Amino acid sequence: MSKRLRNQLVIFMAVLGPGLITANVDNDSGGILTYSQAGAKYGYLPLWTLIPITLLLIVTQEMCSRMGAVTGKGLSDLVREEFGLRTTFFMMFALVVANFTNIVAEFAGIASSLELFHISRYFSVPICAVAVWLLVVRGSYRSVEKVFLAACVIYVTYIISGILVKPDWKEAAIYSVKPILIFDSGYIFMLIGMVGTSISPWMQFYLQSAVVEKGITAKEYAQSRLEVILGCIVTDVVAFFIIVACAGAIWAHGPKDIENAADAAVALKPFGNYASLLFSAGLFNASFFAACILPLSTVYTVCEGLGFESGVDKRFDEAPIFYWLYTLLIAVGGAVILWPDFPLVKMILFSQVINGVLLPFVLIYMILLINKKGLMKEWTNSRFYNLISWSSVVIIIGLTLALVAISIKDVLPG
Amino acid sequence: MADLLFLTELLGLKVYDLKGRKIGALKDAALVPLVDAARVDRYLVGGGWAWLSVRHDQIRTISLDGIYLRDEQLTPYHSDEYVLRLVRDLLDQQIIDAQGRKVVRVTDITFDVIHREEHDELRVLEVDIGLRAIYRRLLRGVVPPRWIRRTQSRISPHSIGWEYCNILEPDPQRRLRLNISNRLLEEMHPADLADIVEELGPDDREAIFETIDSEVAADTLSEVDPGIQASILESLETEKAADILEEMEAHDAADVLNELEEETSEEILEEMQPEEKTEVEELLEFDEDSAGGMMSRDYVALPRAVTVGEALTDLHSREELPETLNTLFLVDPAGRLTGAVALAKLFLSSATMPVEALAMEPLICVPEDESKDRITELFDKYNLLTLPVVDEEERLSGVITADEIITALRQK
Repeated sequence: MSKRLRNQLVIFMAVLGPGLITANVDNDSGGILTYSQAGAKYGYLPLWTLIPITLLLIVTQEMCSRMGAVTGKGLSDLVREEFGLRTTFFMMFALVVANFTNIVAEFAGIASSLELFHISRYFSVPICAVAVWLLVVRGSYRSVEKVFLAACVIYVTYIISGILVKPDWKEAAIYSVKPILIFDSGYIFMLIGMVGTSISPWMQFYLQSAVVEKGITAKEYAQSRLEVILGCIVTDVVAFFIIVACAGAIWAHGPKDIENAADAAVALKPFGNYASLLFSAGLFNASFFAACILPLSTVYTVCEGLGFESGVDKRFDEAPIFYWLYTLLIAVGGAVILWPDFPLVKMILFSQVINGVLLPFVLIYMILLINKKGLMKEWTNSRFYNLISWSSVVIIIGLTLALVAISIKDVLPG
Repeated sequence: MADLLFLTELLGLKVYDLKGRKIGALKDAALVPLVDAARVDRYLVGGGWAWLSVRHDQIRTISLDGIYLRDEQLTPYHSDEYVLRLVRDLLDQQIIDAQGRKVVRVTDITFDVIHREEHDELRVLEVDIGLRAIYRRLLRGVVPPRWIRRTQSRISPHSIGWEYCNILEPDPQRRLRLNISNRLLEEMHPADLADIVEELGPDDREAIFETIDSEVAADTLSEVDPGIQASILESLETEKAADILEEMEAHDAADVLNELEEETSEEILEEMQPEEKTEVEELLEFDEDSAGGMMSRDYVALPRAVTVGEALTDLHSREELPETLNTLFLVDPAGRLTGAVALAKLFLSSATMPVEALAMEPLICVPEDESKDRITELFDKYNLLTLPVVDEEERLSGVITADEIITALRQK
């Protein structure tokens, strides 16, 4: 028995990576901002959404990793093979636009978190952009993955700063399981935002490619699924502590709107320098981490789907489109932050719209693909699981479309 | 004069009968590779409720203006296992470019239009990948084809000659019916083929290893990433897996078997020839990261007393020599290692000279349980090409070659 357990553990360690990394990148600067805002304005009330969000996340992520393990192909590959070039092209185009705005948001997170340490953005952003570029271009996937896994550990800073703030644990526990719905447009917008930031198109593509890249096969799938589920839970535990920290530090002293995640870090100051420092360090880590993954994931997905040479093991002249797109995403993404008076907030709203428009297509294609017998053999969804995944998708689509509607209203003048 | 047509243009072309009445639009075209590897044999036309199948010799002319028939005896289309349908089976799928040695995705197909006296014929000329083909696909049906042709010349083309395309088909029955061979793959360098295999999904990998020659399969498998090696072997029939392992160098085979689950690895060993089996089993006893696990049994050992002339005669008389042979080893009658001689020195010395006089000083060797790190250090320090490994009684047991060290270093 113990030997079997040990074997299982060895396989688990071998498949460790894709799920945990994807889920943690999900808590990027945008995610941290959303959760901080939720905690600062509504305190412990929004905590109940985390459990349903975790479940939705697990349902979608599980399907991607299963498709990756069984077919050995990325999601964009499968979309191309089954739905043709034109569909793939428009999907990839939307993905590039959506991910680009996300990358800008990550650089914004890098800039504002390091400014709390009194480092000018004109210094931090170019250096981080170069570092991101080099890390991936110079490293192999395996070494990079190790760095990323290490970065996942740094999310602990949020748990510690959450504890340092000494929030009201009793309230936090109660509201984690007690759904509170207030018919206030701000509150509903925030709830939808939380779902929107948790489930985004890029992660479906990234996770599936990472599973394939890691060489996980249908045989190791049981362990891989466990890892994906673990990743989803860890993400939302971190989200819980971010909300709790902001609820304890800000909301308890008067509900407040905050503009960016760095404001939240400043608000933590009265609870000791450590709480605030850890929060900002966490923000930097999350932004930098996501700034590494997003451009890479984008170019891989695009090149796979459209059939361009891709891979960091290729030389520049062998995979020109891969490297050019990668370099552009990082360079322009960083440059935008240094642009004085750039309408960042509008851009982030715009990115939510694009993400929201893209997500339904991605999810629907995913379910269609996973039910293809020729592709998945005995690994297709069961009828019961289809019921769950279709209803999850319908819920997600409904919420995202609501978010799109609200965002469009905000983007439009007057 | 040759005329070109793209699949994107062919699709949707209107088909007219003898009296010039439109009977439908082209939906797909198919080859029958058993008959002709490049000629479009069937044209599938969708009109009413069912598709019609038009044979290649029923066509009078094909151009951007449409397809005109010369025979109206059309049959309804029914799925036929001997046809390769270009849209269904090829477009957007992955194929192997045997010349460029990579996996590519088909975006469009270029045909050569051959004008015969009686009828036009289409032959597949190239498979198009890259931006130009994407441009055509995206604009297809949106703007007139002639306009696309004019504007696309600004984008550089990227195509693969049809004769270099290796189609992937996991189903062995269908592969036979479609006359798909893996001859092109067998001619590739195993290291290139290994890179290709790594890029494919599990089904295609399995299909390739099932069909290619065991020797090529063995060379290729040795070059594939260790994690993937295991999943490939597991997917194959035990017998085929054993055949491939027999062809591999014993220490490579042992490395692969180490990656497998014990049960599977034993099943495969049972199927192997006794001689290869014992050799591999002996190596399996060693820790992968020790000298024993890294060494190969493929070496040349000579009695310590031979002369240069005798040594050369001995080498000439052998059927096979290790490919990377650069050092000869000298052993005493008990098999104990007494010296190592650089092969090149033999050619510069007189035939009567005792080989032992040419031996390298000092004699460097390691016990079977020496660690990988220490071995790497020795290679670096003494600039070695090969390092002999000896057992407890100092008998020569195997050699580690520099390529093994390079692989070990790259894996770190």
